[in-house]
Amino acid sequence: MVQVTYIEHDGTTHEVDATEGHSLMEVAIEKMIPGIDGDCGGACACATCHVFVDEAWLAKTGEKDDMETSMLEFAEGIEANSRLACQIKASAKLDGIVVRLPESQH
Amino acid sequence: MSQAAVKTEESVIPDPYSISLEEIDMGKAALYPAQAHWAYFERLRKEDPVHFCESEEFGPYWSITKFNDIVHVDTHHKQFSSEPQIVIGDAVDFQPPMFIAMDQPKHDVQRKVVTPAVSPVQLSEVEPMIRKRVGDLLDSLPVGETFDWVDRVSIELTTQMLATLFDFPFEERRKLTYWSDISASGPQVGDDSMTEEFRLQELTKCLEEFNALWQERKAQPRKNDFISLMAHHPDMQDMDPMEYLGNLMLLIVGGNDTTRNSMSGGVVALNQNPAEYDKLRADPSLIPNMVSEIIRWQTPLAHMRRNALEDVELGGKTIKKGDKVVMWYISGNRDDEVIDRPDDFIIDRPKARHHVSFGFGIHRCMGNRLAEMQIKILWEEILKRFSNVELVGEPVRVTSNFVMGYSHLPVRLHAK
Repeated sequence: MVQVTYIEHDGTTHEVDATEGHSLMEVAIEKMIPGIDGDCGGACACATCHVFVDEAWLAKTGEKDDMETSMLEFAEGIEANSRLACQIKASAKLDGIVVRLPESQH
Repeated sequence: MSQAAVKTEESVIPDPYSISLEEIDMGKAALYPAQAHWAYFERLRKEDPVHFCESEEFGPYWSITKFNDIVHVDTHHKQFSSEPQIVIGDAVDFQPPMFIAMDQPKHDVQRKVVTPAVSPVQLSEVEPMIRKRVGDLLDSLPVGETFDWVDRVSIELTTQMLATLFDFPFEERRKLTYWSDISASGPQVGDDSMTEEFRLQELTKCLEEFNALWQERKAQPRKNDFISLMAHHPDMQDMDPMEYLGNLMLLIVGGNDTTRNSMSGGVVALNQNPAEYDKLRADPSLIPNMVSEIIRWQTPLAHMRRNALEDVELGGKTIKKGDKVVMWYISGNRDDEVIDRPDDFIIDRPKARHHVSFGFGIHRCMGNRLAEMQIKILWEEILKRFSNVELVGEPVRVTSNFVMGYSHLPVRLHAK
């Protein structure tokens, strides 16, 4: 199990155990964390799983590919640490990762 | 779904299993108002999901009919171009540029200019106003009398919204409906009710009116309406008139035909599925989920078209560079490999948001959240007032292979 912390925009914190190999979008849906929609089911094609990765973890999540960069363009309020949660897979090296949710995915 | 031949006024549509696969041309607009397309798509999904057709009307093209293949094409925008056109037919000589039919980088630049008009902040600001308008309109409707839901409700509400998005003179808002209908009609989508010449003439008038608004907005400080956003942005303020017209057509149709027909489609779906209507009355908190289900079930735009920029293997077929590729969203939304009991309308369906009606990838509908909000508010306000929006006659459907719409929906309201 990999521990993942999701912090909602209003500060509500959810610490959950994620199954290795599942994306942080899938984990959020499984654990019913509000604020992640994941309309496309993980195809990097809808930008409704936008998260801000805590700086300490950013490098470990790897590089965004072209598609993710393009899709993020359409999310609201993107920052340098913006990622799509469907493109980050839970793994041992991310055990303890903290991601923050934007005010809204819409 | 009836497997028998369907008779329409002009011709008899054959049973899909009575003809050869090669003869199946999903571009034929007559299939859709007759509701004959369902059985055709069912056959294609089973027997030839990536289907080539030499159409007399539209030339050779591929039909993509399965959900996952559609997502594949939609998300590979470097292999499948949106230029020059996103509907099945090719324009003869009138083809104003618009960003839905552009590739990167220009598409991204222009799309970004206008998105603030439908941003989350903007939506939460307009929500109370939309709710009030919906309430006022519903309160003005006759109870116990037959009237046309399309004209009085679906068109009226979407047109009011559109007038707000453009800050268009409110009293003249039905002009927007008219221009939207013209933009989304014509030979390119299998509609022979108007010529390209007539469309050009009417849309030129549209451009003249919008030019005046452009000058007015340019002279004022920037606001959050579509025209002002374009007129004040360095990336769009020097557009030539045809590009301005193209983008207007895109934004007008995008905000009009789609939501309008989902507002009508919801009434049809609930009347055809009375147990679901009971479920809704018993638990109005199902509305947000039902909204997604309505949008899937209706699929207000049946297709989007792409053009292959290189040879691509898909579903065991080779799509050649330069080929026309049509993604049939209407079929993807009935694919039982991805959607359980896809022909059924189920308002509490799990994962209802996972449908293809908005498209996926960089061209995904930019107004999707606004559309959902409008339909959600409509049903919340209906349930507060009426026990039933009863469909009392046959819906009249538009003839198009693109817009899955209703032109007339006779209904009667029952008081709560």
